[in-house]
This record gives sequence, structure tokens and C-alpha cells, in this order.
Amino acid sequence: MIGSHSVNWPALFQQQAEKSTDERLKSFYQQGVVAADTALVDVPFVALDFETTGLDATKDEIISIGLVPFDLHRIRLRESRYWLLKPNDGLTETSVPFHGITHSQLSAAPDLNLILESVLDEIAGKIVVVHYRNIEREFLDSAIKKRLGEGIIFPMIDTMELEAMLYRRGILNRLKRLIGWRLESIRLGDSRLRYHLPHYGQHHALTDAIATAELLQAQVLHRYSEATHLSELWI
Amino acid sequence: MQAEQVEIAGFLKQYPPFDELPEAEVDEIACQVEISYFRAGSDIYLFGDEIHELSVIRSGAVEIYRRNGDLYNRLSEGEVFGQLSLLMNQKVRLPARTIEDSLIYFIPEALFMSLCERFDSFAYFVEVDDNLLHQAVSDKQEKSDLMVSKVTTLISRTPVMADTSATIRQAAQKMTEAGVSSLLIMSPESRLNRPVSPDDDELSDTSDRLLAGIITDRDLRTRVVAPGLDLDSPVTEVMTTEPVTLDVDAYAFEAMLTMLRYNLHHLPILEDDYPVGVLATSDIIRYESQSSLYMVSTIMRQTSVDELAELQPQINACFVRMVAEGANSHMIGSAMSVIGRTFKQRLLELGEAELGAAPLPYCFLALGSMARDEQLVVTDQDNALILDNRYKPEQHGEYFAQLAKFVSDGLNRCGYVYCTGNIMATNSTWRKTRKEWQQTFTDWIENPLPEALLNCSIFFDLDGVWGKVDWAAQLNSFVAHKAQRSPKFLASLARNALNRTPPLGFFKDFVMEKDGQHGNAINLKRRGTAPLTDLIRVHALAVGSKVQNSFERLDDVSEAGILPPGRAADLRDALEFISMVRIRHQAADVEAGREPSNSVKPETLTDFDRRNLKEAFKVLSNSQRFLKFRYPFSGR
Repeated sequence: MIGSHSVNWPALFQQQAEKSTDERLKSFYQQGVVAADTALVDVPFVALDFETTGLDATKDEIISIGLVPFDLHRIRLRESRYWLLKPNDGLTETSVPFHGITHSQLSAAPDLNLILESVLDEIAGKIVVVHYRNIEREFLDSAIKKRLGEGIIFPMIDTMELEAMLYRRGILNRLKRLIGWRLESIRLGDSRLRYHLPHYGQHHALTDAIATAELLQAQVLHRYSEATHLSELWI
Repeated sequence: MQAEQVEIAGFLKQYPPFDELPEAEVDEIACQVEISYFRAGSDIYLFGDEIHELSVIRSGAVEIYRRNGDLYNRLSEGEVFGQLSLLMNQKVRLPARTIEDSLIYFIPEALFMSLCERFDSFAYFVEVDDNLLHQAVSDKQEKSDLMVSKVTTLISRTPVMADTSATIRQAAQKMTEAGVSSLLIMSPESRLNRPVSPDDDELSDTSDRLLAGIITDRDLRTRVVAPGLDLDSPVTEVMTTEPVTLDVDAYAFEAMLTMLRYNLHHLPILEDDYPVGVLATSDIIRYESQSSLYMVSTIMRQTSVDELAELQPQINACFVRMVAEGANSHMIGSAMSVIGRTFKQRLLELGEAELGAAPLPYCFLALGSMARDEQLVVTDQDNALILDNRYKPEQHGEYFAQLAKFVSDGLNRCGYVYCTGNIMATNSTWRKTRKEWQQTFTDWIENPLPEALLNCSIFFDLDGVWGKVDWAAQLNSFVAHKAQRSPKFLASLARNALNRTPPLGFFKDFVMEKDGQHGNAINLKRRGTAPLTDLIRVHALAVGSKVQNSFERLDDVSEAGILPPGRAADLRDALEFISMVRIRHQAADVEAGREPSNSVKPETLTDFDRRNLKEAFKVLSNSQRFLKFRYPFSGR
């Protein structure tokens, strides 16, 4: 069980909606949060993925955002969105080929502040799904804090955490680690292979968002059920 | 802002029907896709479900069923399903279930319909498949010159003619003046039964006269000079009477086949029974370089079995060339059969030269593919002898046994291996008098037992190649007359025609059987062309057809109207397509220096071949079902 039962999300959202000074954030919180006891089959999800200039949310920046709305039955590419963002400190030379995004593309791109409303519109009222929450949760919070003086918090499902429950937690996995056995990889591509999902060329925020959505569909079908409560999975 | 779907579009572009669409169109399709993951063993569609999307398998595998639960198809990565249901009232006709964990891309109905309307290639792909097979076959044929050219395009000049009253000398002078190698001899009798004016010796108006014969350079040499004939004798003494001719409407390839078949170097072309030209071998060779016509004369020139045996590489090369030049299976099958027949003829000549003249008249028979004009490079010898009714085993038996052995051993050395079923003239069972053959066929037809008929269907494809070839034709007429009147015989033959069935299709790099089993290779003869020819033979015998070639049999069957509309054309396309895949693979084997075979591995087939083979198998399968119903077997 990973549900963080200590957090009362509806109460927190209500509190944030009152406290927030930015209209966009206020509106986001006002749209509320899906109830904890909602069956997974009824949950509106949105898979979210960022490409960043590095791994440190305090120093590095988001350079692209991909998202795609979905539910347990369909991932709707028609409603998918993708943005390039202009980083304040520019792009280091070495990270360019890694992301396949050029300097000129980025220098023409808008600042997060300009598209924040669109992004929040897409994820409001839905449950955000990511693979490795430390990137999306911390980078978004930090980037918004830099611009608006206040951060953002909302519940997420982390498909990597769902894999970690099987391959990182528990006595057996701890024993394996102790005696130096190789642990199963819980990276996005490797996790997908375990569910016989195809290999996708990675490091594109939208492709990774779609890949994450497919992974959650597979995880639920293999390990949970359509009737499982949202609260069992969210963090 | 429209998000680009590079990953999805890149995948779709690799597979039909998307691979033939403009790139921008596929990019747009990718943006409209919906995705869903299914565990192994889950239903994607049940019978009668509403359907509003075309499905593309991104990964995994899906089985499609008939309503009665029979497996219809098994599909893997890159293949589509749901198109038929979409085109037919949006209700699922063929349920779909995953057999592996699968990721499915769904394309919305409105986009699917719009693609069908805007792109022919897309529509062809998803629409009713029989048309597609026909398209595949006719596309192929348009590539061959000889197939589409009329014989008239080959005629280079008006024919040179002389009257029957001419002497040999006059004929030779006329040929020399005109610079031709053949001369048509015209009868003074009018085909319109009008008296011809006697003083019209210039033959200025002969347009209502009849062709009486033909004389060639070769005839002057062999029939005049060599025997030392008087040059003032009438030309009618040395001309070939009733020459083989062809109608002006015929196609060039028919001219080629006729010349091959009768070993002719000159072929008069008639319009309303009046000659409009003479086709020479060289006219055809312009079209078909290094032709099979050369092969025939080369075979006839060899003076020993050793020399004949050395021709095999040339025969294989001739086969490969015909394939490369876009000939169809009928042309190739006929050419290879004529070559095979010529080997037999030459071996019989050589045999008679060694053993002495035959003590009694006989007819040497070709059976099976050679008789049907459907021989290819991988073939065994199937032959038999019809003997004169005066035949006495103790008196003549030894001679014909030796002659048969000479031919059979010779054929084996020339690449026509011994028949494993021992259906050869060397087997005394298959050396029968005319009376005995009639009795044998009567027994087969009047007291048919499927088991007994199992090994003798080959005798119902029969052709005389040497000696009294009329006897073979008479036997054929006898069989055609009797078989048509014996429902029990037809039912037995029909039952045997169901013994070999086609596979369902292909799955990944495997051949998929109806019970879901997989194979690594498919024998296109055993699983395709052979059951097709078996099936066509039953219908042909039922309508009293006397021809042997499967395509010509289908013409007779079609004319008799015993098949459902369109079925004869479907069978023709199916036979042509499977034959051509088989032929192309054999040609590739020959070129690569491998032993050619009838076995094909799915990984060597293109998407196009797989789809069309699958359609051809379906035609065969449906036709086999019809056979059961058309010729019911009572078992009594």
C-alpha cells in the first residue's frame, strides 16, 4: 500500500484555493480533486512528462512538457499537448543532442509563465500520472515558486513507484541487494518490457507521457482491477 | 497547438496500407489515434458489438474468429483488423481476441472512411479481398509484352503465295525473288464456291481462295534436293498440306505456344480463312530473346543421351529468363512442357535407332503436369504406353520394356527424375493395349473407390507425345464421355480432391494452419496448385471437357455455368498467383545456384505476396467446400 493516507487532498485543495494569490493556481485548486474512493475505471488521468536541463530542481530547468489525457480504456492522442520552454540560463552544449532539441528552437520558445494557464487547465480535475515523481513534482513546484512566489502540490500516480513496490521493497529484494544481486530495472523502458509493451524512442516528453500512460494501463490490468480505489495508488 | 506523434507515425509508415500514403497524411493519422492495452486472452470485439474504429496491432498478437468459433486469422505487429465490419454496417462480424499482451492503436471511423475515399491504395487494401487478388494478377500480366500484343503486331509483311498448279522450280524462284523462307500454296477452289477465272494466272485477285499448303526452305532441302526430286514436279507433292494456322485475333503468346507445341518455324495467320501473313520463328524471338523455341530445336539436334543430359543448365536458364521477362504461368508451363515433350520425342527417336523400329504401332503418353502444359523445373517423369491391340507380351514385351527403359533412364539423366509412384512406361502395368486402357478407365469410372482412385488421378491428365498420338486423343474423348455420366465417379474424385488443403495464411514468419498450429515453410505445390488442379479436374470431367490445361478447363467449366458467378475467375486468379509465387521462388533458387523446390519460407515472402496468397488460399478453401456440396458422396 503506498497511498499517503495522511494527506487529506480535498481539504488541502480547499485550503490552497483560499490561500493562493495567483488566479491560475486558485482556479486549479478550485476545480478540486478526484475522490479517494473513486474506482480506477472512473478516474480521468493525464500522463505528464518533462525534459529538463539536469536533475536538480533548484538549479536546472524544464525545457519541454508533454501530456496526454487518458482513462483505463483509451489514451486520446487527439487531446495530447506538447510545449517547448525557454530556459533562463540557456542550454549547455552537451545536453543538446541528448534531447534532440536545438538552441534556436528553445530561444524562440515561451517562458513557462506564459503557458502555465494552459498546462494547469489540462491537468485540473484529473489525476496526474508520471514515471519518477521526483522530476515532475519537484520541477513544477520549483519553477512556479520562482515565478509566482508560491509552489504547487497535487496527488500523483508514479508508475515507477508501482514497479518499485515489486522490485525494490520487501524482504526478498532487500536480501538480493544485500548479497549484491542485480535488481530488476524500474526505468520506464525496462518496466514496459515486462508488460510486453513495445520499445519507444525516448527522451521526447510527449512520447514518454504516452509511454507512461500505456504502462499504467498495463500495470492496472496485470496487478490491480478496474474497481481498485484511487487511494491505493496515489501519492 | 497540434502535437506531433513521431513515434506512432514512424511505426505506421512501415506497414500497409499506411506505407503507400503520403507522409503528411500518416502524420495526421497518428495524431488521431487512440491507444489501448489488452492482456493476453481478452476480447477486443465480440460478435455484434458496435465498431467505430480500425484497429492496428502495435505489439502482441490477435486472433480473429468466425461466428461459429472457427479461427479465421491470426495477426501480429503492424496488421490491421475491423475493416470489414466497418464497411458492413458497423457491427462486428468477426470477433477479435488477444493471444498475447497487446497494444492496439485505434483509428476513428470518420478518418478511415475519408482515407478510403481519397486513396485508392488504401481502399484496395481494406475492401473486399477477391478484387485485390484479381488486381494483383492483372497488374502482373500487363507487364508482359507477349501477353498483351496481338499476333498482328508481329507480322512484318504480306504473305507471298503461289497457285497449286506451280512447279517446285517456280515456287523456289518466287521465294528467291521475294526473299522469303516460306511460300503459301493457294487452292484454285473458291471458299465462296465461285468459279475462279482460269486465265487469272497472276493470282492478282486471290482473296477468296483457300490455303492448300505451305512450303519452306527446309522442305526444299529435305523433300526435294536430298531425295533428288524432279524440279518440274508440282509443288503440291512436297508441300505440307493442312498446315497449322492461327486466327488474326490471337495473342502473340498463343502464336509462340502453337509454334512450340508443333515445332513449327512458320505459322500462317488467317483472317476469315484467308492468309494475311506468315509468322516466322525470328518474329517471335524478337520478343522473346533466347527463346524456348531455340531450346526445342537444340534438343532435336542432340545425337546421344549424354549430349541431351548436358542441356539441363540451359533449360533452367530459359526458365529463369521467361520469369524475368514477365511471362505468366500458362506461358511458362507450356514452354517447359513442350521442352519436356521434346526430350521424350528425341529419346524415343534415339531409342528406336538403337533398338530398331517398333514391331507394332504405339503411342507414348505424357501424364500429369506435362499433359496439362503446366510443367516447371522441379518435376518427375510420369509416362505410359498405349500399344496396338495385336500386342502379345511374349512376342513384343521385351522390345517395349527396353524402349521404355531407354526413355526413362534418359529422362532421369536429363533432370526428369524417376516417378516414386512408379507410374512409368517401364512398369508393365502401365503398358497396355488400346482395349486394355479403355477397360481400365471403364473400371475406374464405373466402379469408383476413392482409395483406388487416389493414385490414378494423374491418368486423367493425359497427352500423346509420340507415335499414334490420335490414340491418346481418342482415349481422352472416351474418358470425357464416360466420366460426365458417372456421378459416383465424380463424387469419389471430388472426395480425393479434398485430401490436400491450403493453410489459413501467415502469422509473423510462420505458416498458420486452420487448427492454429504453425509451420516454418509451405509447399506451394502440395498446399496450393495441386489441390487447385485436382478441383478443376473434377469440374472439367463433370462438364465433359476434353482439354487438359487447368486454365483451359476453367474456360469450359465457366461456359457450362456450373459454378457460382465469378468463381471461375477467382479460381483462375488464385491458380495464377500461387503458380507465379512458386515459379518466382524456383527461378530465384536456380539463379542462386540452389536446388529449386516447391517449398517456400514465409520470411522470403513480401507483404504483397502474403496477402494475396492468403486470398488465393481462401478461394481454394471455399471452392473445396463447394465441391463437397456439388458432388455429394453417398458411400454406396
